[in-house]
Amino acid sequence: MNFIVSILFSFFAVIVLVLIPWIGVGALNLRVLFGIIVPYAAMATFFVGIVVRVIGWARSPSPFRIPTTAGQQWSLPWIKHSCIDNPKGTGGVIIRMIFEVLTFRSLFRNTRLEYRNIDGVPKVDYEWEKWLWLAALMFHYSFLVIFLRHFRLFLQQIPGFVSLLDSLDGFMQLGVLPFPGLNVPEVYLTDMLVMLALTYLFVRRIYIPQIRYVSLPADYFPLFLLLALGFTGILMRYFLRVDITAVKELAVGLFKFQPKSPEGIGVIFYIHLFMISVLIAYFPFSKLMHFAGVFLSPTRNLSNNSRIKRHINPWNYPVKYHTYEEYEDEFREKMIEAGLPVDKQPEETGETGEKE
Amino acid sequence: MADTTPKPEELARIDHTPPLMKGWMDTPVEIKKGIACYGASARNLAAVGMPNARDWNPLEDDWKLPENWENIVHEGFRDRLDKFRSLKVFMDICVRCGACADKCHFFIGSGDPKNMPVMRAELIRSVYRKNFTTGGKILGKLAGARDLTEDVLKEWWYYLYQCTECRRCSLFCPYGIDTAEVTILGRELTNLLGLNTEWIQAPVANCNRTGNHLGIQPHAYKDMIEFFVDEIEEVTGIKVEPSFNRKGAEILFITPSGDVFADPGTYTCMGYLMLFHYLQSMGLDITWSTYASEGGNFGYFTSHEMAKRLNAKMYAEAKRLGVKWILGGECGHMWRVLNQYMDTWNGPADFLEEPVSPITGTKFENAKSTKMVHITEFTADLIKHNKLKLDPSRNDHHTVTFHDSCNPARGMGLLEEPRYVIKNVCNNFYEMPPETIREQTFCCGSGAGLNAGENMELRMRGGLPRANAVQHVHEKYGVNMMACVCAIDRAVLPTLMEYWVPEVDITGVHELVGNALVFEGEPERTTDLRGEPLAGMEDNEDV
Repeated sequence: MNFIVSILFSFFAVIVLVLIPWIGVGALNLRVLFGIIVPYAAMATFFVGIVVRVIGWARSPSPFRIPTTAGQQWSLPWIKHSCIDNPKGTGGVIIRMIFEVLTFRSLFRNTRLEYRNIDGVPKVDYEWEKWLWLAALMFHYSFLVIFLRHFRLFLQQIPGFVSLLDSLDGFMQLGVLPFPGLNVPEVYLTDMLVMLALTYLFVRRIYIPQIRYVSLPADYFPLFLLLALGFTGILMRYFLRVDITAVKELAVGLFKFQPKSPEGIGVIFYIHLFMISVLIAYFPFSKLMHFAGVFLSPTRNLSNNSRIKRHINPWNYPVKYHTYEEYEDEFREKMIEAGLPVDKQPEETGETGEKE
Repeated sequence: MADTTPKPEELARIDHTPPLMKGWMDTPVEIKKGIACYGASARNLAAVGMPNARDWNPLEDDWKLPENWENIVHEGFRDRLDKFRSLKVFMDICVRCGACADKCHFFIGSGDPKNMPVMRAELIRSVYRKNFTTGGKILGKLAGARDLTEDVLKEWWYYLYQCTECRRCSLFCPYGIDTAEVTILGRELTNLLGLNTEWIQAPVANCNRTGNHLGIQPHAYKDMIEFFVDEIEEVTGIKVEPSFNRKGAEILFITPSGDVFADPGTYTCMGYLMLFHYLQSMGLDITWSTYASEGGNFGYFTSHEMAKRLNAKMYAEAKRLGVKWILGGECGHMWRVLNQYMDTWNGPADFLEEPVSPITGTKFENAKSTKMVHITEFTADLIKHNKLKLDPSRNDHHTVTFHDSCNPARGMGLLEEPRYVIKNVCNNFYEMPPETIREQTFCCGSGAGLNAGENMELRMRGGLPRANAVQHVHEKYGVNMMACVCAIDRAVLPTLMEYWVPEVDITGVHELVGNALVFEGEPERTTDLRGEPLAGMEDNEDV
């Protein structure tokens, strides 16, 4: 399977997923199915799936303390200890994890190999490369803001922080797309950033040969799904306006567990809703679980203190090792001859001469 | 060097671009000479009770696998998923972002796409998906899943024994996925089928029986050390007096057997001997052991259980001799094992005492539980307290750089201690570029049991990034000596340097200490421990 097959497969899978609600609601008017049943089923799968997955991980112990130490250990008092990158205790681990989760610290270290062969003399260099880190950060934070912004649709009373986010995010009101005549609302910065980041993440996957080689359909599929999600959202907000009051009625109904299926919402909304439903239902079975997995990663969430405090392996079992007695029994005579001390003299073993 | 090893200029032609249209699953493994090691022999497998002990050759088609080998691997895999959260999480959460791809010295030096850490893990992950995930079972290839066929097993083996477990990739992974961990557990699976390499299996068998990898028997071990005693006397006029297997000593000293066996590790060993002798009158009471005469642990490259079996001797010997604590020599993976595994496996060491330096009174609180101190921690503390009279000019004929060994760097964080010692015993010290040292250090290319002879091409390729950084400081600062704190480094880096940067030689940190150490009333030295003239003494050589 090469990358073209992977991309086509993922692409058509997403196309089919777009067509399902399009036909389902547009032609068959299955509003209850796509507006209520599918979203609930997806949410249930999401929460149950994640819990099952995390419990599954947590059931396996971390038998050994194997942090990747990325700085100076805590040793002699006058040597400066790197308390975040080589944490000695829980406090350091928490800070390390916060940096890891919120700023993608490890990814920030990234460099790019620059290999040159000048007349048979190799030259290995490591160039600045923060684009992946930047795109990853851009994607995750934009997605978070977009998600939080959506709370104005989920909740009857719009919380203050949501309004604040909304106005911050939409500060480019008249900047980029000033079409007041067409009734286009203010442009959200995050809408553009998320699409930009996703596009970058997709393009680098096919542009960089090594990444292209390792990429699976499971890498392209979520990208396409997210792009479809973003695209339908943008379409809906800026171009194919839907009845926002009806959307809010449906969304609030879902969140209050008093589902309603109002009429008159454009099919584009149902496609958008189906995309997010598929995304969250797919989530627990996919690499997207990295969001939970990073917290359980033993190379990051353990402190480097196994010389200070004994780490217990719950399944530790005794092993048979070659004891000193066995060793001395084999080499006793040679040891005595070499003037090495022995625990037993030959006469004590009662075996003298028998071996000969 | 093996005859088949390409010349440097041939080897430098490396293409890092993987095939465009042919996916990795459709590219079967080709086991190459010069890259793969010899298969473990029946004798050495049997010596420590490993399964499927028979002679086999990885270059031949028939690996003489047991009848039910698929089942053995499947059950072994399941068992390890239940026992190691690391494996479970690392199998599930990789997003293939590729941050690790160009961080591996084997990929940099070979361009073989399956040497990208992500790819190495995917080789295993693909089978995991097929056997242990619903999506993989249903969607097969489309979910990146595949069956474990004999070809796939061979591919596993080929690439698992092309990883030195250096953990450089794990440093850059946003989720901390550690390919070393995958390799360690993957190798455990291959060992269920008797698929170790001879270069690992023989030291394991030796270590089990004689106490050290090289199979040195007790009387010979003593002989070898005593040879150094004479050498030291020749250079310095000082007669050092080591003791062996001595009950009631305060400290047990354990170092890799490579240090007593081959140059330039032997000079490091002389450095230890001189330091201990120097401190004897100040109250150091230390003994060597012939039974626990190995710091390294090739069992660690075989399985956790084998590692634990070999490691058990350290505490057992400390207990038998009744020492208070253990001092450990310069070694790489030894220190990852001591730092991250030893106490968990074979502790608690409640029969020992919390280590205190008998010279300075410093409590080594960071070794409170394992009761095992690294010699550069010990020596750095001595120097800090002005307990050593040092003449760094005795190392003036060296312009030194320092190679952080992977395991002490990324599995412990021993970065400053050796540097502090070096800077106090040498006048000329220069660091290599920051992307190649400390936590980002590059492997020697021969760790984790890959320091054999038959895989020389692999070693020269894997060592390229390190050698290239040395080349840089050699050209820029005239560096002619690279110090390290690892016995495998000392064994393999001279070959690597000879191949890529022949002007640079290799030393242990304590060889430099031995050179600089000024004994009360010793005659003026004209040579270093290697018998090479000191700076300014070149003319006196014949005198």
